Amino acid sequence: MFTAEMLESIKKVEATREERMKTEPRRMTAEEKDALLKAYHPDYRADGFAEIKVGPNKGQKAPKELTNLLHSNSRLLTDKVDITKIDYETDVLVIGGGGAGASAAIEANEAGADVMIVTKLRIGDANTMMAEGGIQAADKENDSPVQHYLDAFGGGHFAARPELLRRLVMEAPDAIKWLNELGVMFDKDEDGRMVTTHGGGTSRKRMHACKDYSGAEIMRNLRDEVLNRQIPVIEFTSAVELIKDDKGQVAGAVLLNMETGDYLVAKAKTVVIATGGAGRLHYQSFPTSNHYGATADGLVLGYRLGAPLLYQDTIQYHPTGVAYPSQIFGALVTEKVRSLGAMLVNKDGEAYAHPLETRDVSASAIIRECANGKGVDTPLGSGVWLDTPMIEILGGEGTIEKRIPAMMRMYLNYGIDMRKQPILVYPTLHYQNGGLEIGGDGFTKVIPNLLVAGEAVGGIHGRNRLMGNSLLDIIVFGRNAGKAAAKKAKTVELGEMNLDHIDAYAKELEAAGIETNDVSPLLLPKYARHER
Amino acid sequence: MSNLVNVYFFGKKYEVPGEMTIMTAMEYAGYTLSRGCGCRHGFCGACATIYRIKGDNTLKTCLACQKQVEDGMYVASIPFFPTDKRTYSIDEIKPTEKIMMELYPEIYSCIGCNACTNACTQDLNVMQYIAYAQRGEYEKCAEESFDCVACGCCSVRCPAEISHPMVGLLARRLVGKYIAPETEHLKARVEEINEGAYDELIEQIMGKPITEMKELYNTREIEK
Repeated sequence: MFTAEMLESIKKVEATREERMKTEPRRMTAEEKDALLKAYHPDYRADGFAEIKVGPNKGQKAPKELTNLLHSNSRLLTDKVDITKIDYETDVLVIGGGGAGASAAIEANEAGADVMIVTKLRIGDANTMMAEGGIQAADKENDSPVQHYLDAFGGGHFAARPELLRRLVMEAPDAIKWLNELGVMFDKDEDGRMVTTHGGGTSRKRMHACKDYSGAEIMRNLRDEVLNRQIPVIEFTSAVELIKDDKGQVAGAVLLNMETGDYLVAKAKTVVIATGGAGRLHYQSFPTSNHYGATADGLVLGYRLGAPLLYQDTIQYHPTGVAYPSQIFGALVTEKVRSLGAMLVNKDGEAYAHPLETRDVSASAIIRECANGKGVDTPLGSGVWLDTPMIEILGGEGTIEKRIPAMMRMYLNYGIDMRKQPILVYPTLHYQNGGLEIGGDGFTKVIPNLLVAGEAVGGIHGRNRLMGNSLLDIIVFGRNAGKAAAKKAKTVELGEMNLDHIDAYAKELEAAGIETNDVSPLLLPKYARHER
Repeated sequence: MSNLVNVYFFGKKYEVPGEMTIMTAMEYAGYTLSRGCGCRHGFCGACATIYRIKGDNTLKTCLACQKQVEDGMYVASIPFFPTDKRTYSIDEIKPTEKIMMELYPEIYSCIGCNACTNACTQDLNVMQYIAYAQRGEYEKCAEESFDCVACGCCSVRCPAEISHPMVGLLARRLVGKYIAPETEHLKARVEEINEGAYDELIEQIMGKPITEMKELYNTREIEK
């Protein structure tokens, strides 16, 4: 399946393999990393960003595509919905049916609250399902939550909110235990010890995995649990606007049936935004490893209501997206491939960097190699080699099939056997490091009774996220949000509901001189091609 | 643009670039997908699809996001399939042979036709994992079914009306929770944290100035 030029380059990769495997490539110094990021990381490309002109983050930058959504109109400016007609009434409304939303719903149900999930596709249609490599937790003897804190804080450029990162690392082992007790099949040895590996930027081997279906295995357990508990799940129904009451508290959401176009009203004492990421906005024209529905809806909903964003200007590009073949362009090649020993190698067969630098550094180094003519040309751009046959040499024949079967299957579909030949990779848009700002308790700081969990949160990881800390954060912060929302709902008394913030926001847009026909949240990317 | 091929979506002909997947070809043809489109990378099973190539009577199954179009391909997606999930409390059931008999008795009606295995979009040996489930061999069932994305193509083809993905899921949950050995180091760490063993240390590190954190981070020892 490879082109003649690619096969020529593979010969160079094979020729240097034995020599390369004798030494571990040097890790970069802090100064080298800083210089590399500034020169090549997409976050430093000014033309990818635009200033936000309205709302709590006015004057700050966000990716152009996100800024555009924040500058777009509410659907309800023109579509008038009678919010006195209530279709659903509940204690806790969870918006989003991924890992964070499902965890929140389970814990809210466990706490005795009435809880329901609305999700614009199906429950489980989420980035969680696609997480491959694993989930971090400091549960081994040579490790500690403090060490986990240090790795994540440094890897995130010392920008994580300490109160959020504290919760992440301190509640990590309990999150793994909770998942295990739900029935998640973690990779264990015969004595029950977790089989753990490194991720980029970890100082201890604390990556727990379920082969390379880690997120899928977690998500299908959570989904099954939600269904067993008979928690109502309203599928193909998206939230298009939050509702406030006359006391300024969040009071529910206006929903849109994605199939019929009908609006519905949900009244709730507490609301959890668990809408996930933004990969489908294709910042700076990158392909994405994300789910079809990753369009930053929750950020728009919260922002229009007045909740501030944090670190909305920092995006994670996963170093190893598929560069070739084009049918799976941008799909994730899990970091676990490197955890298991595969090196990143350029066109000339040179291991130009340590394979387990943090993701931002690793992605920047690939972009640098390709920009400097050291990449291999592909029909859609270029890429570098991920030397996967090394895994079979290091771990023994069969390691790839046993530890990363999804990767092997994905490539075999297109006639590439990664056990025998290296694969071509290039960074893919993977994760929004920023999102809505919350306090250590999981609530937004300015809208009473509004919580955020999962990828829609900003500040847990700082300005870069380590592998395995996102599957972890959706569980830790999802569970916390569910418990906190259920508890809070007991004391909430709702006043009269209104949508006044929509007009107020529209006036702000007008005052800022922004005229647009676009509406947000986007809900789904516009992929359909129309000739006219 | 490279070579164009003719494909038929729900019987209607469209000319699309031959290197596309069924999913991207549908979008190229003008479809806006909501049903039948999920992760787009082969993990969620939302895009179960059946197709037949003109001139060949074999009915095939695939995931629309993973399958490249072919000339003369007649395509129909299966946007929803009513798999029959039984509800249970994972805390109350036990990993006995009886539980499968109680929750999914229809697996014992399997006639061994192997249509499920032939239909699997992940190339799993579905009939084999159902056989393991029948015998209460849950670890084997879990292992064999592990890569299932629950697209439902097996169940569509099953004459015994088995909801295979649900059977595999139950087996895996039983293994994960009850059969796989317990993790002592995990239990111990959770207890230590609950007893407050790290409270002081975490407060200390949270309070350190950034310059000190940088020093600590840049000089930390990395496990080999």
